Amino acid sequence: MNGGFHIVVCGSIVPDPLQTLAPIEGPTGPALKNELMLPAVLDPWAGHALYEAAHLAKNAPGSKVWLVSLGPKAKLQQLMMTIAQKVSFELVVLDGPAGGFTDPCEVAGALAGGIEKIPDLDRSRLLLFGGCASASRDAGVTMQMVGERLGITDQFLGVDELTVSEDGSLQVLERIEGGQYQVSVCTGAPAVLAWATGNLPEPPNNPQIGMMNMRTIMPALQKAQPAPVGAEGVSYLGVELPKQRRETRIVKDLSVDEIAREIVEWLKG
Amino acid sequence: MDTTNSENTATEYLSTLPGDDVRQIMWRFADRYELQMIIQSARSLARGVVARLVAEGARNTHEWTEKKAQLLTGFDEVGLTTVFMDPEDGGFLAGPKNLALALVAFELSWVDGGAATCSLASNLALSPIHEKGTPEQRHTYMSRCVPPLPGEDRKPWRGAFALTEPLPYVGVDTGILSGKMRVAEWEEGKEPILHVEKRGRFITNMGFANFVTAAVDSDDARIKGSAMIILEEGDPGLFDRGATTLKLVHQLSSTSDPILSLKVPASRIIGGYTVKDGVIIPNINHGDVIESVFRRTRVPVSVMSSAKLLSAVEPVIRYQRTRFRGGAASSHGTPRYEQGLQQKEDALQRLVDVWASGEAGAALGFAAARLFDEFDPIEREKERVLAERGITGARAQMKLFKELEKGALEYLALANQPEGERDAARFQELAADTLVQFLITDSLANVFCPACKLWNTGYGATMMREAVSLMGGYGITEDCPGFLGQKWMDAQLEATYEGPEAVQRRQLSITMTNELFLAQFRQWIKDLRGIADQRPGTGACTLASAMELWLWTLGYLQESRDADGKPLYHSSRHGVVFPVADALCWLLTSRQQILDLLELEAKGPENPVVASGLAGFVNFFSDLCHVQAARSAGEVGRVCAELVYGYNRHPDWCRDAVETCFRGEQLDAMDCIMPGIAGYGRSLGDAVELDGTHASKAGPCPQESLQTFMLLRHRLDLCLTGARLAKDRAATAVSRVMIPEALDYP
Repeated sequence: MNGGFHIVVCGSIVPDPLQTLAPIEGPTGPALKNELMLPAVLDPWAGHALYEAAHLAKNAPGSKVWLVSLGPKAKLQQLMMTIAQKVSFELVVLDGPAGGFTDPCEVAGALAGGIEKIPDLDRSRLLLFGGCASASRDAGVTMQMVGERLGITDQFLGVDELTVSEDGSLQVLERIEGGQYQVSVCTGAPAVLAWATGNLPEPPNNPQIGMMNMRTIMPALQKAQPAPVGAEGVSYLGVELPKQRRETRIVKDLSVDEIAREIVEWLKG
Repeated sequence: MDTTNSENTATEYLSTLPGDDVRQIMWRFADRYELQMIIQSARSLARGVVARLVAEGARNTHEWTEKKAQLLTGFDEVGLTTVFMDPEDGGFLAGPKNLALALVAFELSWVDGGAATCSLASNLALSPIHEKGTPEQRHTYMSRCVPPLPGEDRKPWRGAFALTEPLPYVGVDTGILSGKMRVAEWEEGKEPILHVEKRGRFITNMGFANFVTAAVDSDDARIKGSAMIILEEGDPGLFDRGATTLKLVHQLSSTSDPILSLKVPASRIIGGYTVKDGVIIPNINHGDVIESVFRRTRVPVSVMSSAKLLSAVEPVIRYQRTRFRGGAASSHGTPRYEQGLQQKEDALQRLVDVWASGEAGAALGFAAARLFDEFDPIEREKERVLAERGITGARAQMKLFKELEKGALEYLALANQPEGERDAARFQELAADTLVQFLITDSLANVFCPACKLWNTGYGATMMREAVSLMGGYGITEDCPGFLGQKWMDAQLEATYEGPEAVQRRQLSITMTNELFLAQFRQWIKDLRGIADQRPGTGACTLASAMELWLWTLGYLQESRDADGKPLYHSSRHGVVFPVADALCWLLTSRQQILDLLELEAKGPENPVVASGLAGFVNFFSDLCHVQAARSAGEVGRVCAELVYGYNRHPDWCRDAVETCFRGEQLDAMDCIMPGIAGYGRSLGDAVELDGTHASKAGPCPQESLQTFMLLRHRLDLCLTGARLAKDRAATAVSRVMIPEALDYP
């Protein structure tokens, strides 16, 4: 790819999965109890997208990665103390709610608006990355809507692998039903890739990368644009935890194989 | 005290356990993202690799194993190895690093103290070189210890610090050095080659160290005094890592008793040397190096024990709440099922005590770390100024400092005056005087460092036992969530290594009487009264009263003699000076805890995340402060009363009865003038009858001669008003706080 890619990753926070999540009725609609106080992590699917983006940028000279995050600014700042140590990127902050009770359409509008304002973004080289789903709002449609609003029609959902050919074309492995992959080839950017898990492990923390990233991240947090997204026109009849009660077990003395076997047995049961 | 005023009547409770946002404010690094990132790095390692090692039983061997060595790789990968290094040597953190290292130690020991020790020991080995080494030594060893950058093909060096030496049984001594150095070869015009003999005891990191910084004394007329010297693995001679220490604690750190007999160039003497009249004179003796090193490295150790106490809170709450679930006697929705042991007041209140101790210790430990961050540049500037003025040697320095003390006291007095009323020019002049500022900061550092090491680790170990007890039998199993049993045992080592408790008490007994420290202490009492006026529910008034009692007692002890006429306050009279030092630690920790609360209250609203639950945090932490202040006051009152009265001889019936007792016949005679006095007088005081009989007790009660002490003590007791109400509220908050579904490490 001549000159590399401009990779924009959409991703934000979700509550740490170990936290107790209790729905309550807040002043502006449903919310999670103590949501703002709960420790947050990067939405795992968005995380995979970010690590894949960084990996691609490293192997395609001239590439650049942006992370566009819609969430409470203060929470995003805390998140950056971890994420910014893992891979290099520039941050674009949209200061708004990141809970599970926002409408994907409004979220997509805010994200697309934020992306359009990124200076020097070359839309012809744009790869729009994000999670194919979210741990907090799993409508699974946000990335498509962002793509549509930006006029990107080559869209791939549930991506697990991206290979860039010498001619700049993209070969994409998408998850489809029945545990199978669909292999597609796209002539090049721009494209939307909504990632499943990808193949990369979470990079270790490296404070030196963090220190470099922070030079641009802290100003970005200070310049955060308000993005008061919600769920205009949507009324919630009720909010409750899934019927299946959550049972958390701490397992210390089983091998990975044994754990996998136990999970399979549970699924079959 | 006004009871109604001292109670915190607000009802907003703690919503969640305090997260990073809250701690960043309380421990004053909300604006330092580099430290926030270091915390995340350390946490990822602690709750990942370290926790797995402990869970998989890696602690169950004394040997340094390949599995344990994952720690070293982990330190390198997440950047913890380089936290200690300066940017010019490959580090990423410029400036003082005391707070950074304390935060790393806190995070690692949240899971395992041995892992924290392993990390700190590498820094300890480098510290003599960092603090007192020549520029060449500093650059050479610091850069060798930096992990390789991408593309570099080398292994990072690891170091060990060898001071302690074998004694019979398992003892060590740092006061006398058996390690020796002699001149082995010294050719004209060439570098002398020294033969160094050192046997170490309890030397951490020895299982894998590539170099050792060893304390040795001269055994040769051609070398003067002692020094610390760098020994390398490849030096000619014997580099025997020695027998592994069979320690019961901190098994994730490598400890052994090395035998080192090596030939090294004299340029390895830390700080360099000078040759005068054919004698090698080390520029810095080992005592000066050690003093400079330990006053810094003891601070991270102090926060390790506090981290463990705070880490116990979540597992204990979860255990208490789920104690009866799954049993036949409780079902969904019943209080027994939902609240478990938290239905019981005792379980909650004891956890409040553990939590309050952890908060207080962390508060002082991190305050000490921040103080050393301030102190480092001042100390360096002081050394530059002294060199510029040509002042060398301890005696000349002490003489100068004695002269400057007056100016330092004047500065403190001016600083406490309202800005508009003080002599601004003089204040500015003294504020800009490096040596004056050095003396003031030094006086605090000399107290804060031993105080946090002593109290946090010593009392921390006691409270860790309490935390273990709250888990019942589960607490003393390897399966105990949060590894509480291991943490309890480990705390005993933290109280011992890097200067055991007696050493810290000894240091405090000297430094706490420095007039510069006491001048600041007096001002703190006033400040606490002011805080109490604004924030009556914090226990600040209680604490101020306890500080007044301590101060009065110190003065009394310094001027008084015991029943045999011997002076009470004497450095070797440990029975007096050590308890006074202990009491001071309670006061300092409690005060710092209150200051952290005020910081949270002031800065919390600036952070939207904290602001959303701020009222609950402030209420709860206020109550914890009050609880801790009351306990501190209790300890201080007990210690002071024992010391003030305990060295007087108790009156006895034979010797003292005549002067101090009523005579029974006199009371009977007075009864016709004052009906009832005969009975009342006998019940009230000591009376001896004509036949010599008297009440059955040790002797007549001592006379109430120390009116001021009695008033202060009585006032202090009254100041405990409301403290138990605060504890009740804190206990209620603990019973309601939301906790995660599971611990975030195995």
